[in-house]
Amino acid sequence: MKNLLDRFTSGALSAIGGIGRAVMDLGAHTFKVYNLLVETIRWVVIGPFKKKFVKSDAIFSQMVFTGVESLIIAFFVAMFTGVVIAMQTAPQLATFGGTVYVASLVAVSIARELGPVLTALVVAGRVGSAMTAELGTMKVSEQIEALETIALNPVRFLVVPRFLALCVMLPCLTIIADFAGIIGGFIVGVFSLHISPALYIDVTFRFLTAKDVTTGLVKAFVFAVTIAMIACYKGLNTKGGAEGVGKSTTQSVVISFILIILFDCILTGIFYFTKV
Amino acid sequence: MDDREVIIKAEGIHKAFGENQILNGVDLEIYKGETFVIMGGSGCGKSTFLRHLTGALTPDKGRVSLLGKDLALLKEAEKEDVLKKIGMCFQSSALFDSMTVAGNISLPLREHTKLEGNVIDIVVKMKLELVGLRGFENLMPSQLSGGMKKRVGLARAIVMDPQVIFYDEPTAGLDPIVGGVIDKLILDLSKKLSITSVVVTHDMNSVFRIADRVAMLYKGRVVEVGTANQIKNTENELVRQFITGQPDGPISFMQTGDDYLESLTK
Repeated sequence: MKNLLDRFTSGALSAIGGIGRAVMDLGAHTFKVYNLLVETIRWVVIGPFKKKFVKSDAIFSQMVFTGVESLIIAFFVAMFTGVVIAMQTAPQLATFGGTVYVASLVAVSIARELGPVLTALVVAGRVGSAMTAELGTMKVSEQIEALETIALNPVRFLVVPRFLALCVMLPCLTIIADFAGIIGGFIVGVFSLHISPALYIDVTFRFLTAKDVTTGLVKAFVFAVTIAMIACYKGLNTKGGAEGVGKSTTQSVVISFILIILFDCILTGIFYFTKV
Repeated sequence: MDDREVIIKAEGIHKAFGENQILNGVDLEIYKGETFVIMGGSGCGKSTFLRHLTGALTPDKGRVSLLGKDLALLKEAEKEDVLKKIGMCFQSSALFDSMTVAGNISLPLREHTKLEGNVIDIVVKMKLELVGLRGFENLMPSQLSGGMKKRVGLARAIVMDPQVIFYDEPTAGLDPIVGGVIDKLILDLSKKLSITSVVVTHDMNSVFRIADRVAMLYKGRVVEVGTANQIKNTENELVRQFITGQPDGPISFMQTGDDYLESLTK
């Protein structure tokens, strides 16, 4: 009996120790990601004055990869989501004769919530994972160290272009996704619910305010910073060969997903309570 | 000998990774213009030591001075100035896969100098000619063989006309002829351009072809330093065993210290 109790206490203690260590680890990683963000911003801000800014073609090629090449997937994800929202809500709205409000419901929910979030998730999966895998491979094959020995700071040379590209392109993609979602709702509204196109557009813009779109864009910007920082941090801290690259890439996507939803929740809360 | 200018100085370098003590107080002086070889068995800490010399790692204890400056104490901008004067040739070549051969070699020039594009192209051609790969400018690193990658890595290391070049296992994994070519390149660079070369290797043929002076590392310590001839005729059993490659001697090839029987029956 005593033996059992001992084992229980030691088990409980080690569990508490485990939780403690996990919290400490989380704190340490958060601090390091924060440091990376500070250093990145420092390079973005002071870089241009020190004539050591990133070459524009590096930023441009990252923008093409991050933005232009994500366009089709972001467009279709948002459009089909618009279709789904319209189809799911039309019967409910029909019960009190408000089918026409499908238009405003789709527009507002896409602009405020689903446009930015879904686009960010798509980009985290497509672009964030690629960034981590690329930087991780560079790390394990000594390329990062090679950069440092030729006196090139990896944050300036690798992180800053990716960070800037995401910060510019994710909001752009979000606007396109908003548009795509509204088109999705429009297709259902016009062809299935038989709302006239003019009325659909009119109702959409009667309820959709600039604020809906701008809060969505604020979210998109925060998500872009999150994806870039997590992806680059995980990539630059990869250890242990091919397996390590795989592990970092998975972790990068998982952590980005969780943080996107978490920050979405926090930002929505802020907008909700401040009545923005 | 001692009147020559010391260009790299390591004093009492200690380094541990977690529980694993890698370096146990390494002291070395490397003179300007010489080809200095650091040899030692796998895992003796020679690559780790080299990384301390280039500032990629900072020692737990002790100090490194490179070109008269302690990299650990410098601000970022000053450290960059020192780093621009050295070149490093990595064991795995460490070419940037996303750039062509020419892109790799010209990167330091494009980032650190104000040279015009056509001047950079000429410099790249000259460096590639030196390593015998002119005409390969537009290939990607994945299209090159191991030996060619090493040579491109070397071309990248010398593109800024450095004062010191560090080589990490330059001939490891290469066929004897390419190995010989690399050795000849190292010699040419040292003799013709009076560049200081620090070479980490365990390829004995290569050691005696290129070395002015040799240091042997064992278990994180320097066991002997001397000219190539002194090392060749050494009395030190450790060094003799290493040079001749005898399986029996003071160096055990077993990496673990514990008792075999005990670990089997544990």
